[in-house]
Amino acid sequence: MKFRAKLVDAACLNNFTRVSNMIAKLAKTCTLRISPDKLNFVLSDKVANGGVSMWCELEQENFFSEFQMEGVSAENNAIYLELTSENLSRALKTAQNARALKIKLTNKHFPCLTVSVDLLSVSSSSRVVTHDIPVKVIPRKLWKDLQEPTVPDADVSIYLPVLKTMKSIVEKMKNISNHLIIEANLNGELNLKIETELVCVTTHFKDLGNPPLGLPKLCWKNVVEVDILILFLILEEMLSAFHR
Amino acid sequence: MKCLVTGSNVKVLGKAVHSLSRIGDELYLEPLEDGLSLRTVNSSRSAYACFLFAPLFFQQYQAATPGQDPLRCKILMKSFLSVFRSLAMLEKTVEKCCISLNGRSSRLVVQLYCKYGVRKTHNLSFQDCESLQAVFDPAVCPHVLRAPARVLGEAVLPFPPALAEVTMGIGRGHRVILRSYQEEAGEGARHGLGQGAEVGWDGAGPRFPPVAVPTDSTVKAMVTEMSIGGEDFQQLQAQEGVAITFCLKEFRGLLSFADSANLSLSIYFDGPGRPAIFAIKDSLLDGHFVLATLSEPDPHPQDLRGPELQRPAPQLQAHSTPHLDDFALDDIDSYMIAMETTVGSEGSRTLPSTSLSPGLQPPCSPGSHSEEEDDTEPSTVPGTPPPKKFRSLFFGSILAPAHSPQGPSPVLAEDSEGEG
Repeated sequence: MKFRAKLVDAACLNNFTRVSNMIAKLAKTCTLRISPDKLNFVLSDKVANGGVSMWCELEQENFFSEFQMEGVSAENNAIYLELTSENLSRALKTAQNARALKIKLTNKHFPCLTVSVDLLSVSSSSRVVTHDIPVKVIPRKLWKDLQEPTVPDADVSIYLPVLKTMKSIVEKMKNISNHLIIEANLNGELNLKIETELVCVTTHFKDLGNPPLGLPKLCWKNVVEVDILILFLILEEMLSAFHR
Repeated sequence: MKCLVTGSNVKVLGKAVHSLSRIGDELYLEPLEDGLSLRTVNSSRSAYACFLFAPLFFQQYQAATPGQDPLRCKILMKSFLSVFRSLAMLEKTVEKCCISLNGRSSRLVVQLYCKYGVRKTHNLSFQDCESLQAVFDPAVCPHVLRAPARVLGEAVLPFPPALAEVTMGIGRGHRVILRSYQEEAGEGARHGLGQGAEVGWDGAGPRFPPVAVPTDSTVKAMVTEMSIGGEDFQQLQAQEGVAITFCLKEFRGLLSFADSANLSLSIYFDGPGRPAIFAIKDSLLDGHFVLATLSEPDPHPQDLRGPELQRPAPQLQAHSTPHLDDFALDDIDSYMIAMETTVGSEGSRTLPSTSLSPGLQPPCSPGSHSEEEDDTEPSTVPGTPPPKKFRSLFFGSILAPAHSPQGPSPVLAEDSEGEG
């Protein structure tokens, strides 16, 4: 099993760092799946009372100037690693002023993902920061639990409003209730609603587009209740990861 | 004693107190001829810090009223720090600070003269004490590093704030390398000193809370290494391969002060096990932090570039434990013993030579067992305290150099609860 990659573009590094920060905020450990074309971050938090399960896919050529990997075997050309998400985001945080960043799979008495950063320094001397992130190699028999989730056929599919607006509304709502009700229909209408004994607050969004669905459906509302804190976290992280 | 600090020096004084508070719980204040000295030592006696403010630092400096002996006192760090707690407030509103101590009153008086005619007076209770002196001499250290505090600040930036210890050394190509030091996870259960563990004392010596160190590799901590070219250092006089491990948290205390005062910081060190001296100096003040370093029986210095460093465990875990007994004297604040470590592979386990009395030599039995087993397995009989990782520095009372009492001396014993 081999993996080495190099990242030199500042914007790419920035995006990669943001993705890693997002993951660090959502779960303590995550799975990193390395394949010839992609890097995936997988969170499968099968917590009974809810929790986040996430699949994040990055096209490696959008980030890395060099990327080489050799999986477990020719037929199973992938590497699955489990690591503490915070370690990766902390390592990337030190790379803010980096000239280049290299990541490779190493074995320093135990398997590690070594992140090595060449820092830009004011003086002529070079500075190098190296982080050895301990990882656990996930055996092939567990790979089936970490595959891309299939999104079931949707009854309603709708484009969300401007994330910033939605986030600030959800932020205010989370002070009042733990659960948020989302209602949407195929007319581009979305409602965010909280209900408590004392008060019921609804925010209505109109004229949001609906992406085309597989099968035409009758226009009817669908209602989903979600844990507001998790929704808030997701919105916040999506905003920070993809919004400038 | 009476000292008056004005203007921006008030904040400097405040910052120094903040730095000292990172080390110890008691502040030893002593007005000397060459200035006001503020000193502290940590509870395990493995770190000592001292700031000396020259008379010119003060608008007015009177060490002692003529005819009287200079007074020395010991104050609770928390109390003194509370006067200077908010540095922002000191900077914005305090115009003058007056510290006075007279023999008749039993209070150290700190007065802050603030804007708008506000005057804050703090009456702090103190205890008389012997002079806290550490025996150390930068001149005998063969290795020196000196760099602007900013460079060192950047060097420790990649390390997490919670990291307790760091190994610093010289790597190939005359580069200075800092590496996070972690307790190694061994096979099976082992008593480890968890980071931030409380050290408890009972009659037999220190008790360390047993920490089952997991062997699951994802729970192992991330290891970070920072490598800086020698060109960034103003002085770099050390051989390649030399390395010491010391407490990063304590070092950060001095570093933040030096950074804010824009000073250079010098590090004088010898081999593992010998104390490292961190010093700053300018025309008005100087500061010294003396920190114990991890000792190792292996005479070969660690190669920071080589794979050996990634598993420093066997060498570094071995540690002499004879000093467990020394802590029995902990109650006697006024008497502390200078400890000289001897160099060499057996050095970490031989007892200090001159100044230590027979009463302190035999380690308590669990300690000596682990000492014997140091070479082989770090894990010992469950229930015995694990080898203590740090050497302790003891500081000699300049009044009583070579004798140490077998037990508490009635004259020197003080109330452990200072009611002030």
